[in-house]
Amino acid sequence: MIVRLAIASLLARALTVSMTILAIALSVALFLGVEKVRTGAKMSFADTISGTDLIVGARSGSVQLLLYSVFRIGNATNNVTWESYQEIARRSEVEWIVPISLGDSHRQFRVMGTTKAFFEHYKYRQNRDLEPAEGALMTDLFDAVIGSDVAKALGYSVGDPIVVAHGLASFTEHKDQPFRVSGILKKTGTPVDRTVIVSMEAIEAIHVDWKSGAKAPGQATPVEAIRQMDLTPKSVTAVLVGVKSPLQTFALQRGINEYPQEPLLAILPGVALQELWGIVGIAETALVAVSAMVVVTALVGMMATIFSSLNERRREMAIFRAMGARPSNILGMLVLEAMLTAAVGAVLGLCFLYLGLATAQPILDNAFGLWLPIEPPNWREIGVILAVVVAGAIVSLVPAYRAYRLSLADGMMVKS
Amino acid sequence: MSGSAPILNMRDVQFQWPGRSSFSLNVPAFRLEEGETVLLLGESGSGKSTLLSLICGTLKPASGIIDVSGTDMAALSGAGRDRLRAEQIGVIFQQFNLLPFATVSDNILLPLCYAPNRSARAKKPLAEATSLCRSLGLSDDLLGQRASALSVGQQQRVAVARALIGQPPLMIADEPTSSLDASSQNAFLDVMFGQLGEIGASLLMVSHDPRLGKRFDRVVELSDIAKFESHAA
Repeated sequence: MIVRLAIASLLARALTVSMTILAIALSVALFLGVEKVRTGAKMSFADTISGTDLIVGARSGSVQLLLYSVFRIGNATNNVTWESYQEIARRSEVEWIVPISLGDSHRQFRVMGTTKAFFEHYKYRQNRDLEPAEGALMTDLFDAVIGSDVAKALGYSVGDPIVVAHGLASFTEHKDQPFRVSGILKKTGTPVDRTVIVSMEAIEAIHVDWKSGAKAPGQATPVEAIRQMDLTPKSVTAVLVGVKSPLQTFALQRGINEYPQEPLLAILPGVALQELWGIVGIAETALVAVSAMVVVTALVGMMATIFSSLNERRREMAIFRAMGARPSNILGMLVLEAMLTAAVGAVLGLCFLYLGLATAQPILDNAFGLWLPIEPPNWREIGVILAVVVAGAIVSLVPAYRAYRLSLADGMMVKS
Repeated sequence: MSGSAPILNMRDVQFQWPGRSSFSLNVPAFRLEEGETVLLLGESGSGKSTLLSLICGTLKPASGIIDVSGTDMAALSGAGRDRLRAEQIGVIFQQFNLLPFATVSDNILLPLCYAPNRSARAKKPLAEATSLCRSLGLSDDLLGQRASALSVGQQQRVAVARALIGQPPLMIADEPTSSLDASSQNAFLDVMFGQLGEIGASLLMVSHDPRLGKRFDRVVELSDIAKFESHAA
């Protein structure tokens, strides 16, 4: 019955109470939203590559190597020579090896040269394979397999011709060697979606007439002639390696890092990801802290509302006192009201979150390749809601204590 | 509690507002027998609020005994006094008696929340509330309505029902009729006295209107039982 009275009392002040609830709901939605984006981003990063034991590239930083080889962010400072690649491939610990060649682009998307092995060994989101949604993998030299975002953004379908541009954001195009879309990959939620994949030989082929980064004037080797040439790559940008036994990973890593012929760097993708999180961790913590402060602000707002309502509620409290309520009952009632308000606000905030997710999910996916799953609330989110209710109770203790003092002094009679 | 014991017995009660030596109230002796109805006459500012607060236990005297149903209110802790009030005393105010946002039935049942024994006496609280309302001339469909939707006269009757639920032996009323017109006043007093008689509770009612006196067993001037001192500083 006391709960019923508390609810009735809140309903009687519906306008101010609903404003308080709205403030709490928005702040909780913000907080949970930030959490969702944070964990979603982390997950989507962690899901990008799986099953690869080592990534090898020219010696630079491990985070940089991870970023350009897997996430297509930034550029390689140097390449790995084909000889070194073959040297690594011959090592006994290596079970499989996939070369990657980057540096060209098609419109806003990057072009990646690789081998068939890429499709066999590149795994994402707990060992899922890349599969074509339409068409097939490359069979011809000038075949290209495109990610789903590429197909969607440029409106390509299987069989369409595409022209690769030299470098990134460049206007110099490899016009002489048009490619053909042979297949479109299923959506993965990884950078593969935004990549045009061709064979290593194709990368060589389009650079046949190029010398030190510029097209040699007057030369235009016919496509038929190119097909007859030896298109063995001279270098690769990065190498993905799988080892036979996890125990050999470190030995192989050390072997590559100490490779005498060329300065190379081998990294464990998981470790490099951790390093990356270490770097963005501060910003992440700041973001969480700011959104937590917004929740606190909303709760302080509730405290102010309770304070300002105390004076007009002195008669109500006097009635409770006359009926035998102790001052501590009055205190408890105000805390109960605050907890109800906070609970409704927090649950409404969760509803806002789902509403926001439902609207923002496709937008975030399109714009950032960030897929936020809509799932039932996890324990962490339930914990946040409970924490808001408890915090609401704690915050309300301040005005409730004042009500306690007031009702002790007023007794059954309110003078004024 | 024998049949002859008073329901309220105040002896040598001295009260001083904390921190204000200029204001004090002394009650040498005042008794209210079981089933007795007493009208206490006093103008506002004569200390009647203080006297009622002492009897109800929201104020504690500096010395003396305030016996309510055989328990000395003055000897109890704050929580104990609140409990004794909840169990033994039904209170009616002048106005602003009810919680406006709560239903009539919740208003009537409110004192039972703080008084387990009184709640046990009521046995079926909702049934008792309904029958109290009927005998006070309130129709059943009012029970589910919000108190704020009722007329002033209806609200005062609900207040009587609330004071009488669970049959407390003592009823304290502070000018319950002052906001009613003359005919409503009489009708209100009729139903209140009718219910009091049924339950056998004692009534201490404060008013400034001596015309009401003929209905009561006894009329007492506040100034006869209480010495109220207020020296302007």
